[in-house]
Amino acid sequence: MNLLVCISKTPDTTARIAFKDDFTKFDEGGVQFIMNPFDEFYSLVRAIELKEKFGGTVTVLNVGEPANDIVIRKALAIGADKAVRINTSPTSAFAVAKQIAEYAKDKSFDIIFFGKETIDYNGGEVSGMVAAMLDLPFVNLASHLEVDGTTAKLNRDIEGGVEKVEVEMPFIVSTAKGMAEQRIPNMRGIMMAKRKPLEVVEPVDKEDRVEILKYELPKAKSGVKLVDPDNIDELVRLLHEEAKVI
Amino acid sequence: MKILVYIDNRKNKIKKTDQELVYYAHLIAQKHGGSVDAFVLGSGEGAEVLGKYGADNVYAVAHDETFDANGISSAVKNFAEDKGADLVIVPFNSSGKPLVGMLSYMLDASSVTGVLNVPEVEESKLVFKKGVFSGKAFAYIKTLKDKVVVSLMTNSFSPEEVGSEVNVEAVNIPVDNKVKVVGIDKVEGKVPLPEAERIVSGGRGMKGPENWGVLLDLAKALDAETACSRPVADVGWRPHSEHVGQTGIVVRPNLYVALGISGAIQHLAGVSSSKVIVVINKDPEAPFFKAADYGVVGDLFEVAPKLTEAINKFKGK
Ligand SMILES: Cc1cc2nc3c(=O)[nH]c(=O)nc-3n(C[C@H](O)[C@H](O)[C@H](O)COP(=O)(O)OP(=O)(O)OC[C@H]3O[C@@H](n4cnc5c(N)ncnc54)[C@H](O)[C@@H]3O)c2cc1C
Ligand SMILES: Nc1ncnc2c1ncn2[C@@H]1O[C@H](COP(=O)(O)O)[C@@H](O)[C@H]1O
Repeated sequence: MNLLVCISKTPDTTARIAFKDDFTKFDEGGVQFIMNPFDEFYSLVRAIELKEKFGGTVTVLNVGEPANDIVIRKALAIGADKAVRINTSPTSAFAVAKQIAEYAKDKSFDIIFFGKETIDYNGGEVSGMVAAMLDLPFVNLASHLEVDGTTAKLNRDIEGGVEKVEVEMPFIVSTAKGMAEQRIPNMRGIMMAKRKPLEVVEPVDKEDRVEILKYELPKAKSGVKLVDPDNIDELVRLLHEEAKVI
Repeated sequence: MKILVYIDNRKNKIKKTDQELVYYAHLIAQKHGGSVDAFVLGSGEGAEVLGKYGADNVYAVAHDETFDANGISSAVKNFAEDKGADLVIVPFNSSGKPLVGMLSYMLDASSVTGVLNVPEVEESKLVFKKGVFSGKAFAYIKTLKDKVVVSLMTNSFSPEEVGSEVNVEAVNIPVDNKVKVVGIDKVEGKVPLPEAERIVSGGRGMKGPENWGVLLDLAKALDAETACSRPVADVGWRPHSEHVGQTGIVVRPNLYVALGISGAIQHLAGVSSSKVIVVINKDPEAPFFKAADYGVVGDLFEVAPKLTEAINKFKGK
């Protein structure tokens, strides 16, 4: 099987989020970057499991700068066979999708994996865009994926239940929790990753369809009101009269 | 501005989130001028009511449970082009989420997901607000194209009645399904967490799955849904579908009650937009207290049953 896993880089989940230039730019100073958890825990691991079962190749693809190579090497250490980086700064979902579609269009991938969203811009858009650009079937928010011959059977988490779908390869999937269990790279994987190919590809023309004008931090809470555990009626009164939630 | 709202009516039920979508479109039309068309996927049963929340026209496409996101997006695209829609609004749920990216390309449009505001106009372009960094910040995003597709974050507006019922017009629109929907395993009777108005959530401080009774009692008294922290789902005390946070479900209820959850930054990311947060934790230093509106420092196994009792008393049960 010829599998492509699109991976993005995001600030670490514990990163303190700050902005600069009058709240128009994200301040990357002191921020640790990681592979987007959905890409790492779910897409990448499931792709590797399928390869282990059916044979084939797992390619990871990132649209980004040379600094991202650390994150890409981690994907190789976890078990991807080779990597491609499209050498441009990702400025919007559409810009990224265009690069990915252009790269993937003539490579006959059986499945192209995306995470359900990145934890920085929380777009959840790139996968659908690439599906439309390549005119491929799209299964979004998949929590389970089995392959049987040329058919894939997937579960989608929907409100109030699980939707079961079937699709012929090739197709595009975005993955959510349940798809696979996180794998920690071992020493052998880390050593082998150094010798695996990381190809750098030049970008095609970029197109942004949105522009971030400014950022804002949430208003700080005014401070917690503590209620005595021996006076819980007071909490009910506050929730009713002051907060008006019951 | 011509606004098109996509409503998933495959269960033949108009929900509060559907009313919210139409009412949101109405607010935009009111502010910037324009009209609101509701495009209902399903029989259209009960969809007349959307007129009350601001729809000028309601159209329904014949019922078919087997529509998949590819089919829905092609139908919405065709209909949006038919009606000359400038702005397409879809719900931020499993039905609407996959559509945004696809429609953005298919309609040659700008797109923003999980929007929170009635957009301002800047240089004749719409500017939307959305949450970024998993709830740790907001961004104002200018859409550069003339056409725009957005998904509206659930529970952002309380729908109000602003008009009267309108007739539902049946329409025939080509649908291009690419994925076969084999079936749906339903979990009955639960409100999906992103739509829940009240949530009671448990963390590792609950000590084990056998102790969940105290939490369930409190949830019942509050008429709330239940959720949990990630480690709780990871060890299997509760189902994965209850895991909230940065890598789980993002919720924004009116009331979030946390029992024995420390308030790690990844947990807060998924719950910090709740209107009111109540934290019950025996450790006064637990970081969750900093994000809370009300707190009780104490043993949850004593405090939660007391709270349940007090609420039942208050409600006269
Ligand atoms: C990449 C990444 C992603 C993550 N994503 C998420 C996510 O989406 N959601 C999430 O929740 N976590 C997430 N985490 C995990 C997160 O960092 C915390 O480990 C987790 O939220 C802690 O869960 P907890 O509060 O239930 O447990 P603990 O941190 O162990 O807290 C238990 C709390 O219970 C209190 N307690 C104990 N006994 C009692 C009692 N009898 N009465 C009252 N209080 C009591 C303790 O004082 C303590 O504060 C993520 C971590 C990483 C690295
Ligand atoms: N710069 C990028 N390079 C490669 N893949 C990306 C990039 N950005 C986003 N993706 C993929 O698209 C998914 C969804 O991203 P988004 O739509 O931005 O939330 C991610 O989980 C990745 O699989």
